[in-house]
Amino acid sequence: MELNKDNNKSLSNAGSQLSVEREVVIKTDKLTKRFGDFIATNQITFEVYSGEIFGFLGANGAGKTTAMKMLCGLSKPSSGNATIAGFDIYRQTEQIKRHIGYMSQKFSLYEDLTIVENIQFFGGIYGLSDQQLKTKSNELIETLGLQKEANKLVNSLPLGWKQKLAFSVAVLHEPRIVFLDEPTGGVDPITRRQFWDLIYQAADKGITIFVTTHYMDEAEYCNRISMMVDGEIKALDTPADLKQKYAVSSMDEVFYELARGAKRNE
Amino acid sequence: MKSVELNNIVKTYNKGEIKAANNVSFSVNKGELFGLIGADGAGKTSIFRILTTLLLPDSGTASVDGCDVINDYRTIRKKVGYMPGKFSLYQDLSVEENLNFFATVFDTTIAENYELIKDIYVQLEPFKTRRAGKLSGGMKQKLALCCALIHRPNVLFLDEPTTGVDVVSRKEFWEMLKTLKQQGITILVSTPYMDEATLCERIALIQSGSIMMIDTPGQIIKNYPDKLYAVKADNMSRLQNVLRSNAQIKSCYSFGDFHHITMDNVQLTVDNLLVSLQNEGLNDLEVKEIIPTIEDCFMNLMNS
Repeated sequence: MELNKDNNKSLSNAGSQLSVEREVVIKTDKLTKRFGDFIATNQITFEVYSGEIFGFLGANGAGKTTAMKMLCGLSKPSSGNATIAGFDIYRQTEQIKRHIGYMSQKFSLYEDLTIVENIQFFGGIYGLSDQQLKTKSNELIETLGLQKEANKLVNSLPLGWKQKLAFSVAVLHEPRIVFLDEPTGGVDPITRRQFWDLIYQAADKGITIFVTTHYMDEAEYCNRISMMVDGEIKALDTPADLKQKYAVSSMDEVFYELARGAKRNE
Repeated sequence: MKSVELNNIVKTYNKGEIKAANNVSFSVNKGELFGLIGADGAGKTSIFRILTTLLLPDSGTASVDGCDVINDYRTIRKKVGYMPGKFSLYQDLSVEENLNFFATVFDTTIAENYELIKDIYVQLEPFKTRRAGKLSGGMKQKLALCCALIHRPNVLFLDEPTTGVDVVSRKEFWEMLKTLKQQGITILVSTPYMDEATLCERIALIQSGSIMMIDTPGQIIKNYPDKLYAVKADNMSRLQNVLRSNAQIKSCYSFGDFHHITMDNVQLTVDNLLVSLQNEGLNDLEVKEIIPTIEDCFMNLMNS
């Protein structure tokens, strides 16, 4: 049985349907970041919708990290505007931070605290009440099957479990948006897929997922993808529409088509 | 004589609690491009550090280019090139200075073995006075490779050289390795990226300190025990749930825009499956038999 071409149409309609029916949680307008003469992020303009799994792709040096830092309220833009979860990127960075979650390969949890201590620590920072903390802590440990490990130090866990735990902690306070910076780097293929099961569950709850990855099969799991090249957004669409546009059969090839003309190595 | 040989190598950390290498044995032929494929924590770095004489094993023996890793470590250090997982060149020395430094340490000059690194170095040359710390990720990688090759080693160890690097740079790096191979250097590469496994001549699949299988990529794929199918529908999330709750489906894993499944029951044919999926309200179905990828093989071995 062949893939119905209409399927592609219905996906792109789904993209525009999202914009009609769902809320905009991230909105940028010519967002720019300059370091001296160097324009790291060049007037990026896009929207992300509530509950969407949004893939933020780009080669190294394309400007993804700089853009993400601005969106997380960690770096002030040079010009342009943006609102994240309804909060202004210049004037309301503290509120932004309270309404988002963040997880990256480089930093996730405190290795020399136990699982329970980490949950308590981050729960406290996110402003959860004692009761909420207790409930969510038990829920988390149950869901991940970590009952035996609850009082062990995080550094004794295998990497895959750490990553799953870090993600669960990043969404403990049910933020509007969770930013994931290459969350599955180096993890084994089975754990990688379990991680994405967790992402789907969070998206089903209405949490918007903003994820960057170097695994092109993961790009397929996203509702829409944006590709940054040399500081600009060169493409933004569903995986199916991108593949059709570039007449290729995989996201790997889409990436290659868009990234190989890049002038910037970093 | 094998270029690299390991016999029953054991390495543990935390008083035996963590088994980084659990009775690891394998050998690499001269001039071979050999891949050590596994996730973080599988034991790849520990094995590479033992072979480059930076770490002592708990037990077992190993040799590189005919020299024992414990008794002849000094000789090994002159004959191997090593590119560790983290960028470890001198950040505040320039490209040129780093290269000169390593050439001097290995008692040679850039000129002497320039032919070997020329194709890589020409890409770095425009930045030769730039400090290494200010280079892009891809450029750092190229510089580290040049420094590892400057003394024309017999064996080259590359520990996750493409980790965190984008698809385009990864492709370029493997092109460079293929060219190097033609020079007769034995190359051992470790990587968590399963798609890179097919670029090697032989690979060892490693998980939790144990080697699961060693062979050519082609043979490993041939050894996959079941028929593998790729399945697609209009609602991939629902499809996954339906497939996973079907007792006749042995395994179901997502692979981009398809799910890969194996069937437990010979009674279940493709046609039967299509009908049952249609009955679940799934549309735009596609089911086809496919050749397994190394990733499929790896996951199958993890589950055995």
